[in-house]
Amino acid sequence: MLRESLLMKIEELERKHGDGREALLPVLQGLQREYGFIGEEVVNEVARKFSLSQTEVFSVASFYHFLNLQKRGRFVIRICRTISCDLKDKDKVQRALEAELGIKLGETTSDGRYSLDYANCMGMCDQGPSMMVNEDLYAGLTPSKAVDIVRGYR
Amino acid sequence: MLHVTINGIDHEAPEGMTILELCRREGIHVPTLCDHPDLRTKGICRICVVEVKGSKTLQASCSTPLVEGMEVMTTGDKVRRTRKTVVELLLANHYTDCTVCPKNLSCELQSLANEYGLTELRWKERRERIIPRDLSSPVFVRDNNKCILCQRCIRACQDLQGVGALANLWKGDRTIIGSAFNKPISEIVCINCGQCVAHCPTGALHERYSVEEVWKAIDEPGKVVAIQTAPAIRAALGEEFGYPPGTRVTGKMVTALRMMGFDYVFDTQFTADLTILEEAHELLARLKGALVEGKSTNLPMTTSCSPGWIKFQEHFFPELLPNVSTCKSPQQMFGALLKTYWADRMKLKAQDIYCASVMPCTAKKFEAGRPEMGRDGIQDVDFALTTRELAAMIKQAGIDLKSLPDSEFDSPLGESTGAATIFAATGGVMEAALRSAWEIITGREVPFEHLDITPLRGFEGVREAALTITGVKPEFSWLEGVTLKVLIAHGTANAKTVMEAVKAGTLAPHFIEIMTCPGGCLGGGGQPLPITPEKREARARAIYAEDSGFKIRKSHENAAVMKLYADFLGAPNSHKAHELLHTKYTPRGRY
Amino acid sequence: MARKIDVVFSELEPGLALRKALGMGQDEIIKIVTDSNLRGRGGAGFPTGLKWKFARANMLARPGNDACFICNADEGEPGTFKDKKILEQRTAKVVEGMVIGARAVGATRGFLYLRGEYDYMRPLITQKIEELRNLGLLGDNICDSKGFCFDFELRLGSGAYVCGEETALMESLEGRRGEPRNKPPFPVEHGFLGMPTVVNNVETLAFIPHIILNGSDWFRQIGTAVSTGSKLFSVSGDCAKPGIYEFEYGVTIRQLLREVEADGDTKAVQIGGASGFCASADDFDKHLAFEGIPTGGSIIILNKSRSMFKMLKNFVMFFQEESCGQCTPCRAGCSRMPEGILKFEAGNGNSRTITDLLELADTMSLASKCGFGQSVPNSFRTIVSKFRDEILSA
Repeated sequence: MLRESLLMKIEELERKHGDGREALLPVLQGLQREYGFIGEEVVNEVARKFSLSQTEVFSVASFYHFLNLQKRGRFVIRICRTISCDLKDKDKVQRALEAELGIKLGETTSDGRYSLDYANCMGMCDQGPSMMVNEDLYAGLTPSKAVDIVRGYR
Repeated sequence: MLHVTINGIDHEAPEGMTILELCRREGIHVPTLCDHPDLRTKGICRICVVEVKGSKTLQASCSTPLVEGMEVMTTGDKVRRTRKTVVELLLANHYTDCTVCPKNLSCELQSLANEYGLTELRWKERRERIIPRDLSSPVFVRDNNKCILCQRCIRACQDLQGVGALANLWKGDRTIIGSAFNKPISEIVCINCGQCVAHCPTGALHERYSVEEVWKAIDEPGKVVAIQTAPAIRAALGEEFGYPPGTRVTGKMVTALRMMGFDYVFDTQFTADLTILEEAHELLARLKGALVEGKSTNLPMTTSCSPGWIKFQEHFFPELLPNVSTCKSPQQMFGALLKTYWADRMKLKAQDIYCASVMPCTAKKFEAGRPEMGRDGIQDVDFALTTRELAAMIKQAGIDLKSLPDSEFDSPLGESTGAATIFAATGGVMEAALRSAWEIITGREVPFEHLDITPLRGFEGVREAALTITGVKPEFSWLEGVTLKVLIAHGTANAKTVMEAVKAGTLAPHFIEIMTCPGGCLGGGGQPLPITPEKREARARAIYAEDSGFKIRKSHENAAVMKLYADFLGAPNSHKAHELLHTKYTPRGRY
Repeated sequence: MARKIDVVFSELEPGLALRKALGMGQDEIIKIVTDSNLRGRGGAGFPTGLKWKFARANMLARPGNDACFICNADEGEPGTFKDKKILEQRTAKVVEGMVIGARAVGATRGFLYLRGEYDYMRPLITQKIEELRNLGLLGDNICDSKGFCFDFELRLGSGAYVCGEETALMESLEGRRGEPRNKPPFPVEHGFLGMPTVVNNVETLAFIPHIILNGSDWFRQIGTAVSTGSKLFSVSGDCAKPGIYEFEYGVTIRQLLREVEADGDTKAVQIGGASGFCASADDFDKHLAFEGIPTGGSIIILNKSRSMFKMLKNFVMFFQEESCGQCTPCRAGCSRMPEGILKFEAGNGNSRTITDLLELADTMSLASKCGFGQSVPNSFRTIVSKFRDEILSA
């Protein structure tokens, strides 16, 4: 990515959230939304902006499961692993998606299109199993429904 | 005043005191791990838990303030069993190879295992290293398999030193201490100060040992091995041999070094005196440039003897590197002179001489390896040992330090003054510099009783002083009436605050002394463990007592140094001096 | 018999309660809330009025007289989804609760901390908040008052369960790892950036406008003497009608099961999520209330075909990753729990394993730094005491 555009993006986020340390999380979230992950260049520029060390920023980012410090697939599929969805056969949905994409949970397809991950409760406990594809939420899944949905993301 | 009871006994305590502080005051033992008097309280190891009447859970005594009427129990089945389980959990996750661990017998976790009488672990133990050791750095070794996540290193690095090279990463059972993107130490912004090492309770962090290489050098035929010892060593080495902190063992140390097989035992204090002369003249030149010629001469000038500070400045304030004195540190001046001046006198070739040093410091290892610190492919200093490594070597040699007679350093590179001794304490370089500079300028001694410039002493993180110069010698008429403003800071977090103010123009002294480690070199990252404020104070007392015991207490009265100028260097800041005793710095940046 | 009622999701004209509150003194607002005996709905059950009173006192004692008001919408307890629905359908009540609270304690700054998993709701909530701002119920000179200003920022979590713990939440808001702080000092004294800070759960705040409008006596007539008012339950698992139910406090598990049409073969009910309590048939006549079984509202029903071991395993694996990792008992305990529990699956667990795990559980409950670690062992303890044979033979 271009440093210029990265700096502009950080400035834009600072205008919205402030330039104190307390704006760190929304800034990181905003940059992830823009770039898909928080790579070393992003960590460095954010650290510079907030007068923190590279390691301090990495330390914060690594705490939060949804902040990716490595490049992920264009579509990140997160299957709810919480007990209510578990009771409603989320394992079957997970196996179907693993078979469809040829990857295991935590991996990314070789074409960089899909990443498969888990999430904790998405608040769809009464309609499980559920999953998210990027920011879209799906509930009441069956293995075949889940596969069809994922196929819709190309 | 609060009224509380501990184990049924009444106590009075001031408002704001924690349970742990009161227990310590009263001599009631409460085990601790994450707590350290230098560091802000975290309350995370949970080994210091105690029972507080009325509370369902146990309370961490380190982080729980006393309240009126509080009834505390520091013993009992619940407390003991809980602490024992905590130790057990730490041990099960700790790669235990005590007999070959550098921290064997000085490990705080080991002591706790002993204290709680653990005979077995109920959980799967870490029987091998599942994380490779980080051997990338010439200064440190990090073994995360032994880390108990007490975060003392993190707090030392972030809060004392303002560096932030270490942090806790990830979360849950994956939590580890490390650096961004799991980079090895050699690739991160680290100033090599060793405060992480000095605050680590286990073998997870230690310096990279040069002990074997030094033994090998001593045994190498045809080589002359000379050793120099820094001022701070003599006031701390004794601790490793059962002496109370603050005991001076200068003479015994010299005897021991000879017995170990070093051919020459010299004193870094010789080049500390030399540093004062070089640095004082450099300062005068910069002052003259600014005050008389109206030139920008990069004031304030900052000291350059603390290599952690140098690397700090290279990373954090590269734009202020011109302000750093170009003088090499005493260790490096010594090495340079040993392999030139002394080699000539002794009719030796530089390549036949090994220069070892004993330093209170881990950063000296990095400094010794800097490419600019040598000539013709020969490094000026070959091995930089820490005080701890020296203690280990003395023990390995079967020497009983306590029983040794005193002896003197070899001449001429072993001659020094009281001014050089106080280099070990924060403010000492400034005091030594003023003792000489004042006299150079006015021809009179500094106007302080017994030459003790007490306003410069103490442990306050940042200290300022001002001295109006009067009655100057004719050649310094331009300094008449000038108020010389000096500043002292120790711990690079304090240095950072000072440098930011300098950069912003809100602080404009003429001369700044920075010591990387809290307390100065006497609190260095290579000194005997554990480090505490009380030990630093005791060592400082020893240092100032050593100074008082010197007949000569001004660097410019060091006869051997004066002879060095007369025979070899010419004058301070001469061309020759520049070639051997001054250096350049490398802007590195922070990211 | 506790009534099924409808307070939280009932219609309420936005601003009505707020305007009434603005006609009252700060102490009067706090008194009504205190008298109502409203207690926190997030699980801990701290009296809301008392929290506000402390915060106000600390605000007045503090130079600058500032305070912070936070709505905790980091609804992370497995099986809970009531706050999500409140925010979707009754945003105004929650915001109004916040504004009234801010008025009472003297807060000028605030946050609504929404869990990252609810990111999909962000556009909707943002829009609804904006509407309230346009109605003058939020921002400068609220309800045309002269000088009462309060606004808040919508913040998102990023997938860390522990951030629901109020001090971890504030750490997160300050741009740090969500690692719980030492208490004391409590947030009402030293909270966000050192300000006296109130952290209230979404559901708690949704009751505030009703209490202001109807009075504390009205609220106290609902529920039991100790647990006044009503409670939302998020019901999932083996029943015909999962969803959200509002009952007076004091409802029995059996009554709830009947309501959601759990078809008579219920084996266990997990109350309060992964850090909650497992109830077996013997417990079904117990009351859900602060004096009975207290809960944040997660109700997960398991029928006789379900494996208790599987649920326990799900919970301990969850905690293993979600512990913040700073204190020894919780970090190491959360990683040793699965180690012990997986032994049963592998066929080498025995009653000694259970004894060891129970002792570990005691250490976690007694010595962990925050409520997270202290409550992790609850589910293990209750499951193993009620379904010991099932665990031993897993």
